[in-house]
Amino acid sequence: MRKKEEISAAERLYVASQWELTWRKFKKHKLAMLGATILAIFYLIAIFCGFFSTQDIYKQDRKYLYCPPQRVHFFAEKGNFYLQPFVYGLKRTVNPETWRRIYTEDKSRKHSIYLFVHGDKYKLWNLFETDIHLFGVKEGTLFLLGTDKLGRDLLSRIIYAARISLSIGLVGVGLSFILGCILGGISGFYGGAADMIIQRIIEFLMSIPPIPLWMALAAALPPHWSPIKIYFGIVIILSIIGWCGLARVVRGKFLELREEDFTMAARIAGASEQRIITRHLLPSFLSYLIVHLTLAVPGMILAETSLSFLGIGLRPPVVSWGVLLKDAQNYRTVVQNPWLLIPGLFVIIVVLALNFLGDGLRDAADPYK
Amino acid sequence: MLFYFIRRLIYMLVILFILSFISFIIIQLPPGDFVTSYVAQQIASGRGPSDRQAYEAQLRRQYGLDQPIYVQYIKWIRRMFHGDLGQSLAWRKPVMELISERFLTTISLTLFTLVFIYVVAVPIGIYSATHQYSLGDYTFTLIGFTGISIPQFLFALVLMALFYKYFGLGIGKLFSPQYETAAWSVGKFMDMLKYLPVPILVVGLAGTAGIIRVMRGCLLDELRKQYVVTARAKGVKERSLLFKYPVRVALNPIVSTIGWDIPWIISGQTIAAIVLNLPTLGPLLFQALLTQDMYLAGSIVLFLCSLTVIGTFVSDLILAWIDPRIRYEGKQGKS
Repeated sequence: MRKKEEISAAERLYVASQWELTWRKFKKHKLAMLGATILAIFYLIAIFCGFFSTQDIYKQDRKYLYCPPQRVHFFAEKGNFYLQPFVYGLKRTVNPETWRRIYTEDKSRKHSIYLFVHGDKYKLWNLFETDIHLFGVKEGTLFLLGTDKLGRDLLSRIIYAARISLSIGLVGVGLSFILGCILGGISGFYGGAADMIIQRIIEFLMSIPPIPLWMALAAALPPHWSPIKIYFGIVIILSIIGWCGLARVVRGKFLELREEDFTMAARIAGASEQRIITRHLLPSFLSYLIVHLTLAVPGMILAETSLSFLGIGLRPPVVSWGVLLKDAQNYRTVVQNPWLLIPGLFVIIVVLALNFLGDGLRDAADPYK
Repeated sequence: MLFYFIRRLIYMLVILFILSFISFIIIQLPPGDFVTSYVAQQIASGRGPSDRQAYEAQLRRQYGLDQPIYVQYIKWIRRMFHGDLGQSLAWRKPVMELISERFLTTISLTLFTLVFIYVVAVPIGIYSATHQYSLGDYTFTLIGFTGISIPQFLFALVLMALFYKYFGLGIGKLFSPQYETAAWSVGKFMDMLKYLPVPILVVGLAGTAGIIRVMRGCLLDELRKQYVVTARAKGVKERSLLFKYPVRVALNPIVSTIGWDIPWIISGQTIAAIVLNLPTLGPLLFQALLTQDMYLAGSIVLFLCSLTVIGTFVSDLILAWIDPRIRYEGKQGKS
């Protein structure tokens, strides 16, 4: 018997498991790897949102309404380089004609940016109270992405909003997954009348325009509900249509694989129905399910953002990217304060990353091709 | 063909029936009913009745709201066949009148967007597939990915802001001022065509991006097949080699899913129109939902859904007429 190290690379390919082959193929897809990395960073930031934000998201600074993003400097006026980045203090003047506030840098005040500074108190996962932030200034202000109409720091709000925006896609897809698997499974496994009814329901749901329906249902959520209830209400509304696509995939794969030779072989070899499903069928189409799930998340995120933007989805004080974008509803406001659109940039990046990831997974889903 | 037509027609009628039921539920969803809000409005405007309870009961009897829900539904349907969809509280006009005002703009925008998507996406898809990994292919792939990632409302908002900043004009309209309140005429229609490109671009971007990707993928698969290699070896010219079979085969899955695109165009159009404030049904629905003007909201949902279902029906018929396989196989083919 040869030892493991002696097996050549070519031979290792033959004995590699399905997941190993999938992983190899996935690694070759550069865009998908990029997407996965971006998503990992975003989800990490969302999980530790208190730590990564620079200040309390509800803290209003009346002195700095609609303040544009502050620039981070490495060079002082005389050209001296500082290893430690800093921001200048802000000076506020008012344009005598338009009454608009103008913020300029006050070169005489220099605030260095420190790592692990003590700032506003927050509770990590509602458990541990702490005041340590990844970075921040010890005095003065740090509005890296500007402030909104109440003088709240946009960067911190975007980071907190990531928690809602990123999770609603996952929770929504999770719910669709459960519904889709159960109904799609019944449809594919039992066939007959159950199949017929479920297929007609799916066709019906897929033939109506989702947005008007979502709007009507979301607007019907009672306004006195608590934010948590509204959140789950929105998730359920989005899942009403979301499960259809998945159920079709599950059913189609079920029907297709039941006729395959290897299923027949397993049955002749005396494998039980349960073993055939868990050992042979499930691994064969699990990868397709994962692909489908990944590609379903962006749709959920976009839908939530759109509904919240219109003001009939999540509502303040809950922050999601859509809720933040609601401040930019008027195009005149956007022209004057273009940084209010930055949450939209985050939506685009996440959706793009998810699409890249899904594309890579789709290519890798069938590693034997 | 006749058999297929009848079966599809019956199927469409069943769907329309279920839709009407769902719309009715939407109307009933918010707490309170028409009368509660109507009376509250009257009281607020100082014309309230002395005995509120009795007045409400009288109104309920008058509108049949004291009867069980299925009786109300049947009455609502019966009135609908007479062209009466109820009254809009906020506008103080019949719902039918409000919808018919915006009916043509909604349909035109949808149809033009559909045409735009296919006219733009198919040639680009062909180009991308035949010039795989070229600069043009990468550019279109990038545009395609961005197109499906930008929320429609954001795209509309950015376009509006840019137009306002650099040209100082709003793009949120469909008519010149002199036509805004005029009745429909050829002149008004021609006038609308001038304003349509921006909304079409906003609504159509995502769909175009999706179809470019499908077209490119299908054509690439097709071009790798043996018969293409054989034809090339025989010396068939590249152009006729491309258009004779591969493009036609690759078009098939796209053409046969037109029906699935219509719901998304109507959806996208609703959101884009709200942001651009176009005189279509989208903003009307949005206003109705915000003011809990439920007869209007439910009717618009019903109308938009019916439009989709009828559009799908027509596209299915055209497909069956073009492609004999569909009318013979019916629903036996792959889902």
